[in-house]
Amino acid sequence: MPQATAAVPAALPQIPVSDLAPWAIFSALLAAVVLFFVGAEQGAFSVLEGTLVHEWVHDARHVMGYPCH
Amino acid sequence: MTPRTFLVHGLVAGLVAGIAAFLIAYVVAEPQIDTAIALEEAASAAPAGHTHAEGTPAHSHDEEEAGHSHGQEAEVSRDTQSTWGLATGTILFGTVIGGATALAAAFALGRLGSLGARGSTATITLVGFVATALVPFLKYPSTPPAVGSGDTIGERTGLYFAFWAISLAAAVIAVVAARRLHERIGGFNAMVVAALGYLVVVLAVGLALPTVNELGAFPADTLWYFRRESLVTLAGLWAVLGVVLTGLVGRDADKALADQRRREAAAAL
Ligand SMILES: [Zn+2]
Repeated sequence: MPQATAAVPAALPQIPVSDLAPWAIFSALLAAVVLFFVGAEQGAFSVLEGTLVHEWVHDARHVMGYPCH
Repeated sequence: MTPRTFLVHGLVAGLVAGIAAFLIAYVVAEPQIDTAIALEEAASAAPAGHTHAEGTPAHSHDEEEAGHSHGQEAEVSRDTQSTWGLATGTILFGTVIGGATALAAAFALGRLGSLGARGSTATITLVGFVATALVPFLKYPSTPPAVGSGDTIGERTGLYFAFWAISLAAAVIAVVAARRLHERIGGFNAMVVAALGYLVVVLAVGLALPTVNELGAFPADTLWYFRRESLVTLAGLWAVLGVVLTGLVGRDADKALADQRRREAAAAL
């Protein structure tokens, strides 16, 4: 055990990075897809036709600080 | 205390935070959005020769607005945009941000000096708010409807996401660096050095990237109110996320610790 953890109150477990990696990648992908659709789809980019996604999340896009139109 | 429990806690805390953000935004930000859209309509109606009477009903946005994406096609009414639409956006955003924050907190568990599970989780949430909401907002603040030219949307979106990503990357590096420095110069010094390093990076990049200013004659009061409410909404989302996630992780850590003590006591017999 490295000394950095010496002061940690009894046995606070560390989660090995190898255990974390797949979950971290999954949640990062999830976040990327959602942030894309909430923040940019049918604005700067258009994966889907039309303006429905843009219009549906329009107010959230403005309030959460993404450029909208 | 597994990655899975962290992710589930994060998604739950993020869902709650997204609902809170919807309520905050609905109450404080929607009136400013309505004001901005009314101005937008007046501006697009004026060249066509009619002056807008006050008290323009919300639905006229859908019929009269020219050249703007929201409402023109009337696919989604303003009433839906400001309720279900707003809720969809904030809740999806909160949920995935919660999941990602929780996994960062899972990494931080037992790795941030002498901080316990609650301390490290709260720290990670605070870093997340500063790096992905506050600092990007300070460089590229939110803009109400009616501000911004459709010609530059690609460029503005690119700049926003680029600065957001750089800020996030700088914050991750700062936290990792603080861990390294901790053993050599102590926790407090490591934190100060890491925070300064982060600030130098985002200030330098912020100064280097172009400024976006497409305000034109948009009224300053509405702009300020909208931006303030936007920041209040983001801060509210992160605050609720931080409190709920810290609570859930802390409870889990207490349980894990109690289990371990019981096992040790049993082994000692
Ligand atoms: Zn808009």
